[in-house]
Amino acid sequence: MSLRRFIAVRVAATIPILFGVSVLTFALVHLTPGDPIDQMVALNPQISPAEEAAIRARYGLDGPVWQQYLTWMSNVLQGNLGTVISVDQPVLPYIMARLPETIALGLFGWAIALLISIPTGIYAAVNKDTLGDDLSRVFALSGISLPNFWLGLMLILVFALWLDLWPVLAPDKPLLSAEMLWYLVLPGVTIGTASSATLMRVMRSSMAEEMNKEYVTAARAKGLPERTVVLKHVLRNSLISVTTIAAFLTASIFAGAVVVEQVFAWPGLGRAFVGAIIGREVDLIMAITLFTGVTIILANLLADIMYAVLDPRIRYD
Amino acid sequence: MALLEVEDLTVNFYTEEGVVTAVDDLSFRIERGEKFGVVGESGAGKSVTALSVMRLIEEPGRIESGTVRFDGTDLMEMSESEVRDVRGNDIAMIFQDAQTALNPVYTVGEQIAEAIRHHLDYDDAAARDRAIRLLDDVGIPEPAARYDDYPHEFSGGMQQRVVIAMALSCDPDLLIADEPTTALDVTIEAKILDRLERLAEEYDTAIQLITHDLGVIAEMCDRVMVMYAGRAVEKATVEELYYDPKHPYTVGLMSAIPRIGDGQDRLQTIPGTMPDLVEVPSGCSFHPRCPFAEEVCTRKQPPLVDPDTGEGVGLSDRAAACLAYTGDLDNELDYEVEVRGRAEQPEDGQPDPRVRRPDSEPVRTDSDPVGLDTDLLDQNDDGEDDAGGLSDG
Repeated sequence: MSLRRFIAVRVAATIPILFGVSVLTFALVHLTPGDPIDQMVALNPQISPAEEAAIRARYGLDGPVWQQYLTWMSNVLQGNLGTVISVDQPVLPYIMARLPETIALGLFGWAIALLISIPTGIYAAVNKDTLGDDLSRVFALSGISLPNFWLGLMLILVFALWLDLWPVLAPDKPLLSAEMLWYLVLPGVTIGTASSATLMRVMRSSMAEEMNKEYVTAARAKGLPERTVVLKHVLRNSLISVTTIAAFLTASIFAGAVVVEQVFAWPGLGRAFVGAIIGREVDLIMAITLFTGVTIILANLLADIMYAVLDPRIRYD
Repeated sequence: MALLEVEDLTVNFYTEEGVVTAVDDLSFRIERGEKFGVVGESGAGKSVTALSVMRLIEEPGRIESGTVRFDGTDLMEMSESEVRDVRGNDIAMIFQDAQTALNPVYTVGEQIAEAIRHHLDYDDAAARDRAIRLLDDVGIPEPAARYDDYPHEFSGGMQQRVVIAMALSCDPDLLIADEPTTALDVTIEAKILDRLERLAEEYDTAIQLITHDLGVIAEMCDRVMVMYAGRAVEKATVEELYYDPKHPYTVGLMSAIPRIGDGQDRLQTIPGTMPDLVEVPSGCSFHPRCPFAEEVCTRKQPPLVDPDTGEGVGLSDRAAACLAYTGDLDNELDYEVEVRGRAEQPEDGQPDPRVRRPDSEPVRTDSDPVGLDTDLLDQNDDGEDDAGGLSDG
């Protein structure tokens, strides 16, 4: 009951956040000069100023910014996310066609990040200041330092070109096919690496901190095997801070997707986002931004629920 | 053969400031069913000794040398998995601060039952039953209902009872209690100690009681070892230690016990603090604080000897480590143990230290041993020490 209430309150609290995000994004988009009509006119010099003004008026681009915002907002509240002007298509189906691709990529990257970071973080914490710990530190530092686009290109070079294990470009198949899932590995690894580096360091430090607690000595004093001590007693306590960071990383995973989809020619939202920015597609930029905002807020909500699952002292009532 | 025989135990910690010898050439023994007290200031090496006995010293600490024979077998020679079979099963430990010794994310019942399942091969249901019985034994009301509660739902005193139940879970032969009541207030302390004592009788368990509280020692123990800067400075039975302390440090500890009605304005203290263990003073490590120290004390480290014969003692019962007993000191240790009654009034309003320096008149009166002021502890354990234990579930 109380958890349901907590979730309801949290979801309600996202409304002002989303409102703020929309105002900021809208303002920022309009601070950059140019709109889709400018590009249209540049490509079709025969369009007269009168026609140009008519097109602007048709897409509601002629009023002052605040008026445009209010129009956009009232449309959104009525379920109309606007139009992708360059293809003259509604935003919603445009996004929905690309959303699963990005979700699949994000989840895959996230899973890879967790799969790499939790075991190595545990290993590094248990074997503190040994060679393995140092190696994991080097890996983490490299993972954080390597730009996504470079890592992606290198993976393509080595695994797709030299070893010929993957196609260089994504095959044009439905998402849930063996070929597409196989293709997902390289971009997934690219996205996961940077996040896993951060997560691993957090895992290691929170685990190392927990290892110094007295309940660990107490568990050892009971004669429990070291594996039980670490994986039962210490791990659950250290996962609390990892959960925070994992939720936090949702944002950077989406940011990573923008670059990685570009590098791997992955037909997802990230690539659409880059296209939208280049084409000044206000409605599309706004919709993707709001969608990202909602995703990040949901991820943090999930983290809050995870806290309560992991730690009985945390209760939402 | 004693239950536990520790011989020549030395434990070093390799810190950035230098090598710290936390336990230096320590020997003692504990008999079956005996209650053995280890007393000393913070940092004297009491807890390190306890952890060494269970081989739980962690980096940067290392057990340099020594033997720890438990039931005739040297724990130092055992493999890690053999030692694990001893831990929690034959030797169990009660920790100082129950709040940190309990894992916050598991129920108290699970934390008791896991050792039972591990060592005694009980199935889940049997382990649960046994854990509930233990919770009942240590005086937790409604044990079956509280089994599934988490540590934070218990009060401090109740948490400590859980820790005791955890230690008793596999019916150990030796219980190492590391300041089991330091974190608790005095009235709860008395009840916990009383309960611990009764359970030790019931389960026929020997106790190594580590404390800095001489009152607790007097209440519970048979024999005592006084530690200073990692070494044993005196070993004696409780009576001998209180009526006839032999080491100047023990004498100082005794005179530092406050007593109701003795009219002192200030607490008698031992001047100075225990030395930094990275740079232990040369010779006798207590000499900078010792009122009887002579030049020789800065050079020669006193061995632990029989104070009557001046000869080395091994694991014997009565010993003190002071050069006064090896004939190296020019003067005598000049102090009087004042044994006096509770109603004694201070004379002419002067501070009235119980251990007198040579220049003042010792006063001898009737039969209460020095500092043995433990009547606060003589209370009944009726299991209702902390009502908070029930209200916040």
